[in-house]
Amino acid sequence: MNGTLKRASVACLLMFGLLMININYLQAVKADGLRTDSRNTRSFFARYQNERGMITAGGQTLAKSVDAGGTFRFQRKYTDGEVYAPVIGFFAPESASGIEGAENKYLDGTHPDLFVRRTVDLITSKPTRGAAIDLTLVPKAQKIAYQDMKKSGKRGAVVALDPKTGAILTMVSLPTFDPNTMAAPDKAKAARVYNKLDKDTNKPLLNRAIETTFAPGSTFKVITSAAYLSEDGTRDVNTTVEAPNVLPLPGTTIGLRNYHGESCGGRTSLIDALTISCNTAFGSMALEMGYDTLNAQASKFGIGQPMSIPLSVVKSDLGPDEGKAALAQTAIGQRSNQMTPLQMAVVAASVANQGKVMKPYLVNKIVSPEGDEIDSARPQEVDQAITPAVADKLRQMMISVVQNGTGTAAQLPGITVAGKTGTAETSQGAASHAWFISFAPAEDPKVAVAVFVESGSAGNDATGGAVAAPIAHDVMQAVLGQ
Amino acid sequence: MTAKRRGAQLVMLAFAVAIVMVAYANVGLGRNGQVPAGMLTYGLGLGGLMLAAYLVLARFAPWADPLVLPLVTLVNGLGLVMIYRIEQATPKLASASNQLFWTAIGVVMFSVTLIVLRDHRALQRMTYTAGFVGLGLLILPLLPFLGKEINGARIWVGVGGFSIQPGEFAKLALVVFFAGYLVAKRDVLALAGRRLLFIDLPRARDLGPVLITWVVSVGVLVLEKDLGTSLLLFGAFIAMLYIATQRTSWVFIGVLLFIGGAFVAGQLFSHVGARFDVWLNPGSNVLYNRAFGGSYQLMQGLFGMGSGGILGTGLGQGHPDLIPLSFSDFIFAATGEELGLTGLMALLMVYALIVERGLRTAVAARDPFSKLLAGGLSFILAWQVFIIVGGVTNLIPLTGLVTPFMSQGGSALLANWILIALLVRMSDAARRPPPQAIQDEGLTQVFQR
Repeated sequence: MNGTLKRASVACLLMFGLLMININYLQAVKADGLRTDSRNTRSFFARYQNERGMITAGGQTLAKSVDAGGTFRFQRKYTDGEVYAPVIGFFAPESASGIEGAENKYLDGTHPDLFVRRTVDLITSKPTRGAAIDLTLVPKAQKIAYQDMKKSGKRGAVVALDPKTGAILTMVSLPTFDPNTMAAPDKAKAARVYNKLDKDTNKPLLNRAIETTFAPGSTFKVITSAAYLSEDGTRDVNTTVEAPNVLPLPGTTIGLRNYHGESCGGRTSLIDALTISCNTAFGSMALEMGYDTLNAQASKFGIGQPMSIPLSVVKSDLGPDEGKAALAQTAIGQRSNQMTPLQMAVVAASVANQGKVMKPYLVNKIVSPEGDEIDSARPQEVDQAITPAVADKLRQMMISVVQNGTGTAAQLPGITVAGKTGTAETSQGAASHAWFISFAPAEDPKVAVAVFVESGSAGNDATGGAVAAPIAHDVMQAVLGQ
Repeated sequence: MTAKRRGAQLVMLAFAVAIVMVAYANVGLGRNGQVPAGMLTYGLGLGGLMLAAYLVLARFAPWADPLVLPLVTLVNGLGLVMIYRIEQATPKLASASNQLFWTAIGVVMFSVTLIVLRDHRALQRMTYTAGFVGLGLLILPLLPFLGKEINGARIWVGVGGFSIQPGEFAKLALVVFFAGYLVAKRDVLALAGRRLLFIDLPRARDLGPVLITWVVSVGVLVLEKDLGTSLLLFGAFIAMLYIATQRTSWVFIGVLLFIGGAFVAGQLFSHVGARFDVWLNPGSNVLYNRAFGGSYQLMQGLFGMGSGGILGTGLGQGHPDLIPLSFSDFIFAATGEELGLTGLMALLMVYALIVERGLRTAVAARDPFSKLLAGGLSFILAWQVFIIVGGVTNLIPLTGLVTPFMSQGGSALLANWILIALLVRMSDAARRPPPQAIQDEGLTQVFQR
């Protein structure tokens, strides 16, 4: 009987083997799918079971988990929720956005970098704690940007960068929301709040700085100037270009005109063209260069590339080559030309930084629950968009804009500011977008700003100089004065 | 000559109890950062019980396999810890103190079996008695007034305040019956009839016992709606028939009969058919949301195991309360959530080792009845683990069965402790050195079969 007993033993071994293979399949191969299945409420409970890492900026705590005890132990609390919501996002029962979503693995402690600590926690039977995320934002500048925008009752966005590193010092978008309203472990309530915000025609959930694009208007003339100066190294700020009252657009009966039909005197120097924002001068420059030259310059500033900061940024785009008439309009930031406010801040920062384009980033450092630094930002140069010589010429032109031109509202006492206004027509007869991009101090730039105020919300006759430049003024002052 | 290895056994026993105590402390630390107050009571309780079992074993079965008792202690203790942990989450359903009480009774039954049953071959003389007792126990829940239907299966008998599952004891009696019957009839059953393709079919008239067992199994399935026990008994019988007769054809006939029966049952009874639907497509929303006979429970178990992953959430940190019946049928899934793949692999290894020690006893046994009984008991243990664990992990269609030594429930615990006592008794006999032959009588030789 021993022969059959041995075969029966093999059968038993086979049964245990099958069971073992099956649990390996379930708990190693299929584990992620089962864990994240929407019907698995464990992930819902788990969201509140571990102490989630803090989110801080400039020494201030912006988001933290408070121990409330019970099944849903840790609940998220936000300080100045509305001011930081576009960046931090929300942490709701079934979803998360902004930094809460993008850095979730660090915040909830499941990131591979935290593996050793997690294993130690497992052995000592301590609950896992998440790592803290320290942001590059400057609270003082962030708050003033938010307050200025809020006070005016307008929709828009403000972005400020450190030109030398790419660190994002301010990122504000209005209207906004309070993430505290979705923090409670109540799926129905969070869904109700979210749906209401989602249906709101003012789109408070939209981060206007990075998640959507707008016509940049005359701020784009900085890029057109960069292309024109780079094309021929002998050109400088005093090089003159044609600036007729009406620039005939080939193939159409309508010509390109200046703002309010003003005249730039037939022919103008580059510095004067930018100072008074002469449309026809930039139109004729573009016609002279052609689409490809302008497009090549734009892509050197990062236009056309999506970014991750680590929030994902939609790509800006100056539109397809649609012929000469379209090109002249593209050169002054109209037509299919669409930019994110962040992208325009990057343009200002690159001019400020001798033409070097730095990758924008929001996370300054990641700190373990015990206070050790796990990771910190490494500023990264993306491209050399223009030569230092061209950057220098652009700086002179932009200084002139603030000193003698459309951007006087951005002047700071004792500090040279360089900037460019923009007033973008959105469609025939509709109200304009107001823009302002700038950097300061012009000699040794420490901050670059882009302010965007959305069409319609700023009144029908809003200009970048009147509406956007004063906000840039306050933000630059806050950053420089800290 | 085999050694007794009693010292090693005592050390391993202490180690098993230590693991259980650490796990117990872990539950408290995981839940509220404190070592639970009852830890010493439980630890000393379990330790004391196992020491008693050890002393009985050392006195009455000194040559027994040294591994079996420590391994069973480990699984039983782990079951206690899991039930204690689940009691924290669902205090109305799970009760660790009850389970500890039944463990104590189980150890008493283990000891009584070892003390009373000095020679297991006595069971061979009770072959047909065992058969009748087994059948009677199976039928018991069907009797009016006595039987109770719980969770859709009529497998309970109410006595006083207790509910007993006689099927658990029937399992033992029937294995004893199968062993005795097959040892007596195996020569006849092994005779070849016609040859079909490459299989020697048995003679038609010998099919009787197989058909009767099949009818009984199907009866259990239909009348008591207990798929698990039905599958358990039929599978055990086929395996023992094969071990006894060495004829593969029995296995083929058994499998064919079973598949036929299962197919017909699936067509006729909706609750059987539903199990197949769930098995094939557990993730479907329709089945998941179905109130009865759906995949909700199975999926919750799988979600738990998936969430546990490779290392598990740690004891006390999972959500066994989300898995229905996590303290009984689904205790394996709840364990998988908290101890992870690592813990489950270790647990399956322990089961496999117990089975392996049992089969080793069968191989070493000196008479056919012992071989068949030890083989049958070991196989039924492995088969039971396979059916319930395979069901919970959706390897095979889910049929309700107890996870041996882990699930909450007195009847199963008692029956399994008796099963282990029988294996220990037989391993003692198998490993005991044979009486020394008297050297002078060189002319006589003893032949062994």
